[in-house]
Amino acid sequence: MNVMEARGLTIALPAGGDRKEAVSKVSFSVKRGEILCLVGESGSGKSVIAQGIMGLLPRTLPITAGATLLEGEDTVQASPERLRALRATRMSMIFQEPMTALNPVMTCGEQMDEVLRAHTALAPPERRRKTLATVQEVLLPDPERMIASYPHQLSGGQRQRIMIAMALVLEPALLIADEPTTALDVTTQAQILNLIRELQARHGMGVLFITHDFGVVAEIAHRVAVLRLGELVEVGDRDEVLKRPQHEYTRMLIGAVPTLQPHGRKADPGAPLVLETKNLDKIYVDRGWFAKHRPVHAAKSVSLSIRRGQTLGIVGESGSGKSTVARCIVRLIEPSGGEIRVHGEEIAARSHRALRPLRRRVQIVFQDPYRSLNPRRTVGDAIMEGPLNYGVPRAEARERARRLLELVRMDPAVLERYPHQFSGGQRQRICIARALAVEPELLVADEPVSALDVSVQAQVLALLEEIRTRLDLAMLFITHDLRVAAQVCDHVAVMSSGEVVEYGPAEEVFLNPKHAYTQALFAAAPGRGFVFGTA
Amino acid sequence: MDTPGLKQYEALSVESAAALRQEGAWRRVQRSWSVRIGGTALVVLVAVALAAPWLGTVDPALFDAGSRDLLPGERGEITTLEGATLHHKFLMGSDSFGRDIYSRVVYGTRVSLIVGVCAALVALAFGIVFGLCAGYLRWLDGILMRVMDGLMAIPAILIAIALVGLWRASLVTVIVAIAVPEIPRVTRLVRSLVLTIREEPYVEAAIALGTPTWKIMLGHILPNTVAPLVVQGTFICASAILVEAILSFLGVGLPPDIPTWGNIMAEGRIQFVSYPHNVFFPGVFLAVTVLAVNILGDGLRDTLDPRMARRV
Repeated sequence: MNVMEARGLTIALPAGGDRKEAVSKVSFSVKRGEILCLVGESGSGKSVIAQGIMGLLPRTLPITAGATLLEGEDTVQASPERLRALRATRMSMIFQEPMTALNPVMTCGEQMDEVLRAHTALAPPERRRKTLATVQEVLLPDPERMIASYPHQLSGGQRQRIMIAMALVLEPALLIADEPTTALDVTTQAQILNLIRELQARHGMGVLFITHDFGVVAEIAHRVAVLRLGELVEVGDRDEVLKRPQHEYTRMLIGAVPTLQPHGRKADPGAPLVLETKNLDKIYVDRGWFAKHRPVHAAKSVSLSIRRGQTLGIVGESGSGKSTVARCIVRLIEPSGGEIRVHGEEIAARSHRALRPLRRRVQIVFQDPYRSLNPRRTVGDAIMEGPLNYGVPRAEARERARRLLELVRMDPAVLERYPHQFSGGQRQRICIARALAVEPELLVADEPVSALDVSVQAQVLALLEEIRTRLDLAMLFITHDLRVAAQVCDHVAVMSSGEVVEYGPAEEVFLNPKHAYTQALFAAAPGRGFVFGTA
Repeated sequence: MDTPGLKQYEALSVESAAALRQEGAWRRVQRSWSVRIGGTALVVLVAVALAAPWLGTVDPALFDAGSRDLLPGERGEITTLEGATLHHKFLMGSDSFGRDIYSRVVYGTRVSLIVGVCAALVALAFGIVFGLCAGYLRWLDGILMRVMDGLMAIPAILIAIALVGLWRASLVTVIVAIAVPEIPRVTRLVRSLVLTIREEPYVEAAIALGTPTWKIMLGHILPNTVAPLVVQGTFICASAILVEAILSFLGVGLPPDIPTWGNIMAEGRIQFVSYPHNVFFPGVFLAVTVLAVNILGDGLRDTLDPRMARRV
């Protein structure tokens, strides 16, 4: 029996958009007791569909045709009052970022109580009992304390559990989960996915699970629907779609998912050392007139080395200190102790003035391509900035910028354009060109593909690989994504709470992890053990 | 050398081209009704100020004892500096000296606009320098901001009166006196903008590329503060026009021989009950000008600085 069915759903985009319809004639159904994964890249319209079903679309995105049937009732035609009554009781939704979805000035218990007060006639003690029972069901420890807490007092995983509890407290028939684990660390993600699967099985709900991550799809889906530019290109059982994709777009997407198998390339142990850190420390101290000094040890005694032409990956969850190490090495922040040697020259203790001649040797590419380029400067200005700082004549710097744009596979004619005219992937290429313009010896890439769609991610990774071999660069690659790490790294350092817990050649770490944390991290990788089909 | 697979991804990837269609800020500004209305009103006022001598006015300093306290529209005589007698229609009447209020109000437009624009520019110039220093050079921050806090603790109009009192009243002193109390507000705005922009990855990339600090401040940070500053500038301009009128009205602004709206109203105040037009006409001009600048500022804020529009 269908819990939800979309029939020829069409949602218009405002005039002047990149296409006419956000979603065009999309039809699919979610059966009782089934998890349907809606997969697509950014801009494919997957979140718009969810909002359409919930009746939450802004006025600028009207539903122009089709119907969404919730247990046989068309929610497109439903009145606002009827929709309000259906939400939470028959259908509910959880979001990517629980911190913004929860009200920061109400305790979690009050927010859950509000749902019950609005939709049921239960007396306060009964409401409290039900709230506590639901919080218990989402496996939160100490429910009494949880419902008395404000959202900021909980961790990301706990907040998401509260969101799930709120969504399920009235036992809806349909749960829509819009990228519910994207903002979470991989170990927390594994727990939340487990929880959703368990609750779904216990209550027999239909779940519409929106994600861009094929690892998550492999982990949780019964059936999969693939969206491309607002059109449904493929629907089918999980194994059918993931192992024998029919549409070429699905094939491309699945082909772009990196495997967890290390690439197995042999690294030359005799290549010259480019970077060496010894006992690198970074301690943040809260300095205030009245506040207590509470030091935070962001990096503890980190010792790493990278040889020319090789890639060292630092892998870890958020807060593990991996970005701190990267920023110390580029000297964007001051290390508190230890040594950093680039080609044998000590840079950790140098003053900013003394450091300037050496800056060009270490360059960095950041995670967010939308904030990495100054919106008020042209692409040409951005790429030429470094060479001009080091006294390269303007004409020569320009010529170099053109060559670099060709190297990153962009048209050299874009030199005069501004960053807002480019997509995320293109911007990331421009950032790579900018970093390469001063001919560095070490390229630090801080989560360079984490903000990109999987197909774009594959392009940027292939490009970085090509550049590393062609220019014989040393690369420090920071990532939280084990699949990406497996593809690019020769050596891997696993970090947790500021410490390197395991460090060695990629094959050894991936195939035979020794430290308990590394093992837990690998065990949590979504879709581990699932063999994706390719063309 | 080609990496296998790259071509295939490029051919099928659907990375959104939406970025290409983004409308330029200038186009959005042009389409805003607030900007159009406020801008048109201001253009008219500037034209009036520039064309003052050809708009049927006489020298605003001329007076004639025979034409005192005329009602709007009445005809009378006025003596020029050379001693000749002119027949003149007093469109807005005359004051108790027999001066033509219409001429004085039209010439007063010049003073108000100059004071408004110059005060805004002076406040922005100093505010930008202080704000950039406080935001980017951390060691200066504490000292500079405490001075600004101190300045903000004194009512603006009192500082202005004190400053005008120190020097001889003139256009320059009035502009400086009005601009000084605005400087802390601009400094705070610029400082807060700098504090967010300096954390942007593109600034960090510039540091990694060895860009000197002064180049980062001028080339990366300053250009990204322009939009909010333009908006803030319009609001300073409106308030400066108002403060100038207040100072003149209180008799601590420009000397009474210079026609300003505040001066005209101050002189008309005594006979307000019998001859309200002395206060009414300059008051209307003042209100329309300040309203036009504020509407323009609102429009600019909505189009250039949407974040601020939502916050305010």
